[in-house]
Amino acid sequence: MQAIMAIPVLALAATTAFAQAPDANQARDMAATCANCHGTNGVSRGGTDSLAGRSKDDTASKMRAFKAGTRPGTVMPQLAKGFTDAQIDAMAGWFASQPAK
Amino acid sequence: MTMQRREFLQAAAAAAGLGVLAGCATTAGGARGKVVVVGGGYGGATAAKYLRMWSGGSVEVTLIEPRESFVSCPMSNLVIGGSKTIADVTTPYDALASRWGVNLVRDTATGVDVDRRVVTTAGGRSFSYDRLVLSPGIEFMFGTIPSYRADAARAVEIAPHAWQAGPQTVLLRRQLEAMPDGGVYALSIPLAPYRCPPGPYERACQVAWYFKRQKPRSKVLILDANADVTSKKGLFTKAWNEEYKGIVEYRPNHALADVDLATRTLKFEFGDDVRANVINVVPPQRAGAIARTAGVVTANDRWCEVDFLTFESIRGKGVHVLGDSTQSASGMPKSGHMANNHAKVAAAAILNALAGKPANPAPVLTNNCYSFITDKEVVHVVSVHQYDAAKKSILPVPGSGGLSPAMSELEGRFAFAWAQNIWADALM
Repeated sequence: MQAIMAIPVLALAATTAFAQAPDANQARDMAATCANCHGTNGVSRGGTDSLAGRSKDDTASKMRAFKAGTRPGTVMPQLAKGFTDAQIDAMAGWFASQPAK
Repeated sequence: MTMQRREFLQAAAAAAGLGVLAGCATTAGGARGKVVVVGGGYGGATAAKYLRMWSGGSVEVTLIEPRESFVSCPMSNLVIGGSKTIADVTTPYDALASRWGVNLVRDTATGVDVDRRVVTTAGGRSFSYDRLVLSPGIEFMFGTIPSYRADAARAVEIAPHAWQAGPQTVLLRRQLEAMPDGGVYALSIPLAPYRCPPGPYERACQVAWYFKRQKPRSKVLILDANADVTSKKGLFTKAWNEEYKGIVEYRPNHALADVDLATRTLKFEFGDDVRANVINVVPPQRAGAIARTAGVVTANDRWCEVDFLTFESIRGKGVHVLGDSTQSASGMPKSGHMANNHAKVAAAAILNALAGKPANPAPVLTNNCYSFITDKEVVHVVSVHQYDAAKKSILPVPGSGGLSPAMSELEGRFAFAWAQNIWADALM
């Protein structure tokens, strides 16, 4: 059942995110879902990695490895599977542009 | 520099649109206007901060909240278990004003004129708005319990709910401390939906953790109106059968019919009465009172339906509703983390609307929920929710999300990191 469901919903997520007129702040808005653990704008208060100012390749490759199951973790392997590769790139790019503080 | 002087300078910087807001001014996008936020919980506090941060200070934000400080429901079960104090889960609201320039109004919103766009307060003040954010959390349906109808305020002093963190949390802890070893703690759970699905089961674990160390002959009795454990079932059941074997007993299908407050006896629609030393009754819940006043309670006379692109009420034009008060989408829990994520979608949509732009067509939400089994060992459930344009809903992404394989101290450390980061994300 899950395998059957996965194709249309993921396809839909991809089309709604990128085929429609893009919102200028879409990457910022998606990245804001990481703030709960990684701090506002990716500046962690401790206990988790800060994402602000990290290279886009570093963050995106880690997220892809979590998604592929090749990088171990607790919540991240499960969360990474909820994002398309294009969304991962957009969020990683946005964090790279943030001041590390 | 003295504290007063530093705070004064921070306030002056915020008022002048300098300081932390200056770096974000490029994202303002032309939004101008006034937003009133009612309720300073996970949803409302986050909305107030993000509206200021993302507008670069160009949008005026007033937060109406009667309490002096934010007291977190997540982590408050540790106060009931005794491994943390209420101070550990309390954060002042000050930084929202001094750092972000939010106009903090310590008052209770009592009226909303949706047509004139004005909010009035118990203190007799009125605030006009371009957009209103209601994040009032829950109120209890005390009328469903016959013995509560005459005097609910007295009833909850005898049988605390402790389902809004603060004095009730401390009261329940005191009752447990006063209970003799060999006593019984009984927890009544309402039918879903209620605030924080795994919360009651985590609470049972925390009370059992306390009993196991301090009062080992005592019992935890869970009386659940639901037909089964509603969240993290395998993980909680394992804890009750192993870590807390002989202490915790779980009884499903125990819908509360009434409470005999004089004898601390719980009465059920089906099943035997339960008399206990400490009775923790979590009553059924609905959207906070101001939602009803504003006319935005649209589902089952309990919850507020919203457009998930903006969190604007399906009925109240210009009124956005966040958090536990909303009619949840499929697979979306009533949680603090979710309310914080609702707030960001709403803040982005409000700023777009105030700038004459459409909302982001593809909002994304996450939920990260940690439950403490012991004082240090934790289990999680997480999910990612993406907008489905055909269903006009935000739905879990199939194949993503999931549970812990087992409790661990590593996840305990991440749970404390989550708390520090989300409190700062909402309030600092």
